Amino acid sequence: MTRTSTRALALTAALATTVGLAGCGAKTDSSAGSSGSAAATGSSCVDTSGDSIKIGFLNSLSGTMAISEQTVRDSLDMAADEINAAGGVMGKKLQVVAEDGASEPTVFAEKAEKLITSDCVAAVFGGWTSSSRKAMLPVFESNDALLFYPVQYEGLEASKNIFYTGATTNQQIIPAMDYLKEKGAKKVFLVGSDYVFPRTANKEIDAYAKANGIEIVGEEYAPLGHTDFSTIVNKLKGSGADAVFNTLNGDSNVAFFKEYKNAGLKADSLPVVSVSIAEEEVGGIGVDNVEGQLTAWNYYETVDSPENKKFVADFKAKYGDDRVTSDPMEAAYTSLYLWKGMVEKAKSFAVPDIQAAAGGVSFDAPEGKVTVNGENHHIAKTALIGKIAADGLIYTEWSSDGPIEPDPFLKGYDWAAGLS
Amino acid sequence: MDAVISQTFAGLSLGSVLLLAALGLALTFGQMGVINMAHGEFMMAGAYTAFAVQKVVSDAGLSLLVSLVIGFLVGGLLGLLLEVTLISRMYTRPLDTLLVTFGVALVLQQLARDIFGAPNVDVRAPAWLSGAVSVLGVDVPKTRVFILGLSIACVIALSLVLKLTPLGRRIRATVQNRDLAETSGISTRATDRLTFFIGSGVAGIAGVALTLLGSIGPTLGTNYIVDAFLVVVVGGIGQLKGAVIAAFALGLLQATIEYSSTASIAKVLVFVVIVAFLQVRPQGIVSVRTRSLA
Repeated sequence: MTRTSTRALALTAALATTVGLAGCGAKTDSSAGSSGSAAATGSSCVDTSGDSIKIGFLNSLSGTMAISEQTVRDSLDMAADEINAAGGVMGKKLQVVAEDGASEPTVFAEKAEKLITSDCVAAVFGGWTSSSRKAMLPVFESNDALLFYPVQYEGLEASKNIFYTGATTNQQIIPAMDYLKEKGAKKVFLVGSDYVFPRTANKEIDAYAKANGIEIVGEEYAPLGHTDFSTIVNKLKGSGADAVFNTLNGDSNVAFFKEYKNAGLKADSLPVVSVSIAEEEVGGIGVDNVEGQLTAWNYYETVDSPENKKFVADFKAKYGDDRVTSDPMEAAYTSLYLWKGMVEKAKSFAVPDIQAAAGGVSFDAPEGKVTVNGENHHIAKTALIGKIAADGLIYTEWSSDGPIEPDPFLKGYDWAAGLS
Repeated sequence: MDAVISQTFAGLSLGSVLLLAALGLALTFGQMGVINMAHGEFMMAGAYTAFAVQKVVSDAGLSLLVSLVIGFLVGGLLGLLLEVTLISRMYTRPLDTLLVTFGVALVLQQLARDIFGAPNVDVRAPAWLSGAVSVLGVDVPKTRVFILGLSIACVIALSLVLKLTPLGRRIRATVQNRDLAETSGISTRATDRLTFFIGSGVAGIAGVALTLLGSIGPTLGTNYIVDAFLVVVVGGIGQLKGAVIAAFALGLLQATIEYSSTASIAKVLVFVVIVAFLQVRPQGIVSVRTRSLA
């Protein structure tokens, strides 16, 4: 044989072997996948026979959202360790399978599929941006698995496969607008990142404003990760606004507040209410850039309760004294304990049993006692408006009268009719 | 009228940031034909240098000035290292340099994550740069005036080096005709290394300037690399003058569009304009008509 044809033969043989091996790998994957998706009625692959049970943590450890989501991962890890130290769930130790969502919704969906069908976890805890949640929703619904989502979001959703331990619209956005109205704001400027949460939140704010005599003098969107806010701040200055409602997420907040400060704007004359800036982000933005600005959450590290004091102390002991705790971290920690409560009430790890038993399960969380609403899978939460202080922590300025029942579709508000 | 002035300034300011990012690239890509995808990471290295310097020198103003110098050196040394170890072996294979430097970029990003952590870090701006200054009756942020000044200073310094110094003459000779320069006794290898050093050093300076505007994270470079290449290509490969014109033109264009629409649409339209422009004039804004075969 000539040299060229030997080489060609060798190459073809190598190629054939590779394809064959890849095919073998693909076969096992696809069979697991098809059993998962065919089992929409719940023949899940979760293994409850041994003395440990697998759960999945899915958070962004890289990319633009890593600054926020790494902290949720830390508090989930702490909750898992605490539960294991206390004997586990129904006597089984938690075995955590951890994945990185890389701040990309497509990666979140892909990793969720892997956790459910390949790692066979009993439940997944994580997600942050609404884009990641929307991308994961079909995965959880088609595989009939459970996601515990710990971040405040725009509402208008209530999947039977997701438990939402973060605030929905009427527990965060609406109380924030109530506070601005109480403070006499008549012209509000909206600025947000360009994805589902800010767009939907601003639609809701528009409707609220129309019904309450507030004028929306500007609505600006910047792509996620955008860092040049000179134009937007120029528009803000020219709009005559007396308050800003900020739904920017990730790195954009840093650039926006630096630009705001450099433009000579001040927190007492033009306050900014943010819903995505918590104790963790304050450090990255720089306290002098956001001191005196407002935030809307349901938990602050400074909340005065014995459960919270213990939570903060344990967290600092585990991760370092310079770490802070924030609302999504607390909601994630709570979500793991709520799942434990649901499993213990249902005496089963199976999804249909948990869904049936979920309503009424409660937990003494660091934010206060929370109870699961069985119909919409959210929890009742007290709204807290806080002000960022010079020490980098957030102190409560105003709180709603007690926990607010979750109303994700805003059925209880006439001005919200027509929003979907 | 106020809006026009403040938007013009915003455009010039955006242009100056683009210029700082693209200037070094104009040298390395333009003069040497090397596609360095790690250029953005040299900027990131400069930014982290500013962060590290501020930990040692607590006065924000002094740390800024010191970081500019050290950032230049850090960026330059990184570039030199890259050139000596990897790029020098691949001058005849531009596509390979693209892939290799892309890999280097990822490695540098992960290194930054390991050394400084994944969450973003903050560099305090000096007190004499906070607030705004009044220009033509409009308040413009002082940090942006500073960056505008810095970019112009860099352009002037670079053109002086290229025009007046022996090194500059050697660089221009190597760019115009490498073989002839080699036979004339110029060590093109040494010239290449110095060019790369200077180009990457300017990227380091750009990184330091960026600390005044936003947060610093491992993915800082990825935000600017595409825009930097666009500026160099639109400006005309190898032409510093072209890069300057292109940077300010693109900055003004984006600011103008953004004012009447949104940031996302502005970015899209700017890309569309660039593509359309390159169809009509592929050699870029400023180009040299040569008789060389290359």
